Amino acid sequence: MRSARNRELFALVPVAMLLTAGFAAVFAQENTKLGNLSLIYGAYFLAICLATHIFLRIRLPDADPYLFPLMATLTAFGLVMIYRIDESLARDQANWFVLGLVLFCLTIYFLRDYEVLERYRYTIAVVGLLVLLAPRLPGIGQQVNGAYLGVKIGPLAFQPAEFTKLAIVVFLASYLREHREVLIVGARRVLGVTLPPLKHFGPMLVVWGASMFMLVFIRDLGSSLMFFAAFLALLYVATGRFSFVVIGMAMFLVGAWFFASTVPHVHDRVEIWLHPYNDPQETGYQILNSIFSQADGGLFGKGFGQALITIPGTNDTLLPAAETDTIYALIVNEVGLFGACGLILTYLLITARGFKVALLASDGFSKLLATGLTAVFAIQAFVIIGGVTRVIPLTGVTLPFVSYGGSSIVANFVLLALLLLVSDRARREAAEFAGTVPMGAPA
Amino acid sequence: MNRQIVKLFAFIVVLFGVLVGFTSYWSVFDAEALKEKNANKRPLLEAQQIPRGRILAADGTVIAKSVGKGRGAEKQYVRRYPEGSLFGHPIGYSFVRYGNSEFEKFHNEELVGEDNEFSSILDELTGGTQEGNDIVTNIDTEAQRTALADLEEAGFGAVVAIVPQTGEVKVMASNAPYDPNRVPEEYGKLATNDIETPLLNRATQGLYPPGSTFKVVTAAAGLESGTITPETTINAPGTLDVEGTPLQNDFNEDFGPIALDTALTNSVNTWFGQLAQQVGQDELFETMEKFGFNATPAIDLPSDEVFDSGVYEDEHLLHRNDPVDLARLGIGQERLLATPLQIAEVVAAIANGGKLMKPQIWKRVIDADGRVVEKLDPSVYSEPVSSETAEELTTAMEGVVSEGTGTNAAISGVPVAGKTGTAETPGNLACGGGAEENQAWFMGFVPADDPQIAIAASVECTEQFGNDVAAPIFRDVAETILNGE
Repeated sequence: MRSARNRELFALVPVAMLLTAGFAAVFAQENTKLGNLSLIYGAYFLAICLATHIFLRIRLPDADPYLFPLMATLTAFGLVMIYRIDESLARDQANWFVLGLVLFCLTIYFLRDYEVLERYRYTIAVVGLLVLLAPRLPGIGQQVNGAYLGVKIGPLAFQPAEFTKLAIVVFLASYLREHREVLIVGARRVLGVTLPPLKHFGPMLVVWGASMFMLVFIRDLGSSLMFFAAFLALLYVATGRFSFVVIGMAMFLVGAWFFASTVPHVHDRVEIWLHPYNDPQETGYQILNSIFSQADGGLFGKGFGQALITIPGTNDTLLPAAETDTIYALIVNEVGLFGACGLILTYLLITARGFKVALLASDGFSKLLATGLTAVFAIQAFVIIGGVTRVIPLTGVTLPFVSYGGSSIVANFVLLALLLLVSDRARREAAEFAGTVPMGAPA
Repeated sequence: MNRQIVKLFAFIVVLFGVLVGFTSYWSVFDAEALKEKNANKRPLLEAQQIPRGRILAADGTVIAKSVGKGRGAEKQYVRRYPEGSLFGHPIGYSFVRYGNSEFEKFHNEELVGEDNEFSSILDELTGGTQEGNDIVTNIDTEAQRTALADLEEAGFGAVVAIVPQTGEVKVMASNAPYDPNRVPEEYGKLATNDIETPLLNRATQGLYPPGSTFKVVTAAAGLESGTITPETTINAPGTLDVEGTPLQNDFNEDFGPIALDTALTNSVNTWFGQLAQQVGQDELFETMEKFGFNATPAIDLPSDEVFDSGVYEDEHLLHRNDPVDLARLGIGQERLLATPLQIAEVVAAIANGGKLMKPQIWKRVIDADGRVVEKLDPSVYSEPVSSETAEELTTAMEGVVSEGTGTNAAISGVPVAGKTGTAETPGNLACGGGAEENQAWFMGFVPADDPQIAIAASVECTEQFGNDVAAPIFRDVAETILNGE
């Protein structure tokens, strides 16, 4: 019973060492002599992780042993990168990390029976969509780079989209669990294309509408893309109908094309993506310098603290939004292609473990919830890394657990908590079903 | 639903694969091309972060060094030239905004420490920072100082001093000088000053009519081709009719039949004009080319900053099949233009028994740990004349200094071989268009019987002759070098 948690414990030690080594490397670069501060940071980090681990030992003894250490790896890596950019930002981020873990524990504590989420699915969806409006409210809304992403109430600022993504996934998982049969059975073929039944077409339109709304009204291209992709992933997994995905994608593309040609903000983003060299000093500056920064990294990178973020001797930025949007470019610059591959591999491992949870889960809601949470997480990583590497237009979503930002850290820890809740039950049920004591990782 | 979950995972693996692919493309495969982009400021900013090696004079005087400020990723280095304008030429400057010039440019790779691919990969793995190598030059600080001070008194011009046996460049001075430290603040002013042209190294880029110094080359061609021996006499009247235009001696003096010694001592135009005609264009051009004309000098300076010497028509060099007034070419006129470096190479070759060594400013490269990485290995550029010819020319050139047109170059107790040159450049706009403007030259070497240094000095826009204005510079610089050893 305890073997899963032991694996988790062993996995946490190298993470703490990684953090210690990372801080030590940055210190060595910044200061001439190496203090013991990096050890202290490493010890704090390990202590916090151990506390969380003990909590998991008590509350979710059978949950997946690798998810938490993998996410801790990302957080540790993010902390080192942010510390390297700005000490005070790293302190904030560390606080967010602690707050994130508190919410993580609270979620696990209060949502042990996570089916209750199903009961409130409409409330959750409506609240999730309503908070998206907040950034456009006068007084508390904030505009960043032409997008209305943030809300600021007093000293507290947060980005509602990070939480809405959880609400949408919960809603869709629940809705599709109930309606997947009818969606499959009621489908009919029209002109060789399998269409979903119109009666149950509703949620599709709602999510599509919400995505378009984000695209236009709060101008959050990245989150809009992320939501819709997660929706298509869930729809596909729930119904097994690839044609639904094709239809959905077509709808999204038509909507996106329409807005790209009519809404200047969206149009600009696409233009910059296609022709960054048209205005290298202004509009193309961020994406070009993000790519130049990667070119500067090469195979092995320049080492922690060695990359240029501002023009030396001035405060002029050379890599805009290095702590948030373009943190991946800075990572490639400092740890090179190898380091970046390691980072992508970490995301892939989390995705693999997440889907494994979904595979093991016995009931439809758990399966879809785990799938949706994992998919939205993986797609978020793809949207921002893809933006920075010019695979898709660059948008302002965060790199989960790595980018600076409280909302992102906290929301993603809640996401992790939900995944672990599903995992704990799934693995215990699987073990009971097999009538044996589980041998750590399920087969 | 499990089948779909697996497929979805496969799709995400593909998506992440695309990310790895794009990252590889930007960070490795396309990285070199991206570094060339104009919009990319990083290569420039990074160049600022490399502690460039020092450049030292032969006596250890620091000519150029890099001074760092800031720390970590913010650290940057700026080039400083402690001696100011003394070594502005031929060392040049190195600033991120204005690039590199002259010696700094030619030896850039050694100075920034770009040794080889392997050690740079090793640096990346060990996190070692790139460090530049120091370069010790052959430049003689005191002689350089003497040359520049004399030039500043005499006028615009240049002095080049070469060790005949090795090609080591001990002096390369150009007036007007400039202080490389001021390039970042005053680049525009320095670059647009069309009268003083301080950024122009007149030693390598000043193309001047060489005048009578070229008679030594004509004499070399005559002796080498067997057209004459030292005893052969040629009748030298006061005036010679060449293609309808009279070629005259100074004061129309008629020398009668004379041999090489007398002709060179008195710099007799009609004698050398006829010699050039007898030698023929093929032989004369062959000798010229062996002395380095019609080619970029093999010196360690950027080839676009070292001009070729030769017969120019507009911007083009003429070759042995092009129509040329041979008699006037034989006395250094026609459209012949030569740099002070080229004339120094001519006299250095004669001083070295007929072998022209490649002129080199650098002496050795020393890495950050003090190890000598590379050392100058003197190499022969060509053998324009035999040792007998060189000896015969030396004898004739000794006569120039002891009793001829170059007496101001004489140094007491030391035999000097040399040749003056005074090319008339009337109406030269660079000199203000005056009617009496000359290009004054002196080339020579000391001691004549055991040459230690070969020197060419040239002064623009002077109303005086080579012996009056250029020979004293030669003497001062030669004495400084001889006394320093």
